[in-house]
Amino acid sequence: MATRRQGDPTAANDPVIEMHNARVTYDDGETFVLDDVSMAIERSEVVGVVGESGSGKSMFASAMLDAIPDPGRLSGDIRYHKADGTTIDVLELDQEELRQFRWEEVAMVFQGAMSSFNPTMKVEGHFRETLKAHDTHVTEGMEFARELLTDLYLDPERVLDSYPHELSGGMQQRALIALSLVLEPNVLVMDEPTAALDLLMQRSILMLLQELQEKYDLTMVFITHDLPLVAALADRMAVMYAFSLIEVAPRDQLVGNSGHPYTRALLNSTPNLDAPLEEMRAIEGQSPAPVNVPSGCSYAPRCPLATDECRADDPGFYDSGSEHSTACHHWEQARETIDLNFEAGDGDSTGSDTETES
Amino acid sequence: MSQTDHVADTATQTDSDEPLIALENAEVHFEKEQGMLDFFEDPEIVKAVDGISLDIEENDVLALVGESGCGKSTLGKATIGLQRPTAGTVRYRGQDIWAAKDGRGDVEIPFDEIRSSLQIIHQDPGSSLNPNQRILEILSRPISLTHPNAGRAERRERIYSLLERVGMNPAPDFADRYPHQLSGGEQQRVALSRALLMNPDLILADEAISALDVSLRVEMMDLMLDLQDDFDTSFVFISHDLSNARYFAEHGNGRIGVMYLGEIVELGPAEQLIAEPAHPYTNVLRWATPDLSLDAAGASEPPMRKIDIPDPVNPPSGCRFHTRCPEAREACRESQPALTGEPAAHRTACFRSQPDHEYWDSAPLED
Repeated sequence: MATRRQGDPTAANDPVIEMHNARVTYDDGETFVLDDVSMAIERSEVVGVVGESGSGKSMFASAMLDAIPDPGRLSGDIRYHKADGTTIDVLELDQEELRQFRWEEVAMVFQGAMSSFNPTMKVEGHFRETLKAHDTHVTEGMEFARELLTDLYLDPERVLDSYPHELSGGMQQRALIALSLVLEPNVLVMDEPTAALDLLMQRSILMLLQELQEKYDLTMVFITHDLPLVAALADRMAVMYAFSLIEVAPRDQLVGNSGHPYTRALLNSTPNLDAPLEEMRAIEGQSPAPVNVPSGCSYAPRCPLATDECRADDPGFYDSGSEHSTACHHWEQARETIDLNFEAGDGDSTGSDTETES
Repeated sequence: MSQTDHVADTATQTDSDEPLIALENAEVHFEKEQGMLDFFEDPEIVKAVDGISLDIEENDVLALVGESGCGKSTLGKATIGLQRPTAGTVRYRGQDIWAAKDGRGDVEIPFDEIRSSLQIIHQDPGSSLNPNQRILEILSRPISLTHPNAGRAERRERIYSLLERVGMNPAPDFADRYPHQLSGGEQQRVALSRALLMNPDLILADEAISALDVSLRVEMMDLMLDLQDDFDTSFVFISHDLSNARYFAEHGNGRIGVMYLGEIVELGPAEQLIAEPAHPYTNVLRWATPDLSLDAAGASEPPMRKIDIPDPVNPPSGCRFHTRCPEAREACRESQPALTGEPAAHRTACFRSQPDHEYWDSAPLED
């Protein structure tokens, strides 16, 4: 396997988080929900992690913060490089260190803000409590909180003086993003942060995240099942299937010139406004459950290109372009034979060979 | 298709020119819930649906799109007789639904018959299926309502053939499961099957695919459209996602209606509305729809002035969209544009579609 690993998603110039062989198991190792995942997150980049329900994408997010729900067990090596050059071994932190690490270095936002807020406490109380718990100057911290809320197109006085239920879903989620940033973390990990909202609010929040990223030079990891949504924000994208990463590439490459048959099927299954209707189609078959992941390539049972090689030998990452890693034996063939049903845009020269209309 | 034929055999009324459903100036106004201390104050009114007229024909597809809180679900429920309008009428084949309910006037079609002809599938199938019943029991109930004389074996046979039709194989295995043993997509197929077993004329799909993974949505919409052909039903399809509305409505040769704060602001054939949106709000929804073409992929500025929808308790004067509309002028604050255009064609509620309106001479609004 090591000989094939030319396309390496762990290669990075200035990584902020490096994850090696992260593995999450339940039932005493019987059930894998994250299977040997390695990836580096570059400082100040926005990474979109895409996967269907049950692909292990939330485990990927939780693993970065050593926040796997009990009784799951996380193994592997996760390192965090602070801005001052020192390195933290995340899995070695004790409870108190972990608590500080999670808010002050890496913050996390989940979907459904309502369940993250205490319903009996005004929004201001949440900010004050967070600042106090981390021994930060409350007055200065509240000044920054107001600035963050304004950045998110919210009226700070009104929002701080409201109970969570008095705000709309979109406002709650934006207030939660402001709260997660109040201790000035370097990395923001978001797990489906916009999932319960209507599309217009989702897109608006994405636009605001982009502004925040530029203003505060944040590193962002955005996890979602919605590939087109995160494509608007991400610099680099990673696709998960059956608890493993299967393709990692810069956004334009992943959208316009992906090498994995699953990524291409995922792109083609997405309803959009411009593609001809008859070319949008669902992916045949179902993703595997954590207990019986097939041997060999886990996508082989659904893959139109699968051969005996795929069923016998689980593909490692191939180098399929600049910074582009694809875990498929037939990535070249996939590009040639699986057409994409949308115009990826002419700015992308390498995408031209995919647009041979049949 | 022999099984589906005899399931659909009771849909025999073919009454003439009356549309299947006709809404006329329908209004649904809710009183906002009040605390004890507000007891003596005037209640706050939320105008969820405010004066909407709309016809739905046999085998019709209408997709309603809009933001959370725009009233699209309430309009959908009023359309299928689940929500009583506070003013205006809703007719089923010419029969006023709520007159039938109250026994007012000559009731030609009894309320029970109307209700069973108009079905709903919800967003969250998990909570709309009884967790303590197996799928077989859940699906037996509608058959015993529509075909009281059907025996056990006949019911079972029908259920199996329908489960196979919606792609749940092997059917006996699935029929024996409880809802929690099914995936979200499978639960939604059961909910769809249950609605179809009532031989409905119209199914309201209220965000029925929103909870599914993006990659499963096309499959579910294809299934609903296939079954529409088999069962001769109309669909009202509610979604906040314009690309899903487009897929469903264009495939079904239907229309898209765009709602904003209780009103329809644009209504037209799906293809035309997507290709040439006439209302600035439709344009905003287009912006919000993810686009994979890389030139447009960046998160650009939205074509609107404010992100948040105004409070529906006090909707803005004039055109309700004027507080966010990038094209708004003084005229928009003062008077309200009507939904105009030939009936059945592409209609829009915006002064900009009228070349000689005073809008063009009034001053742009500044924030």
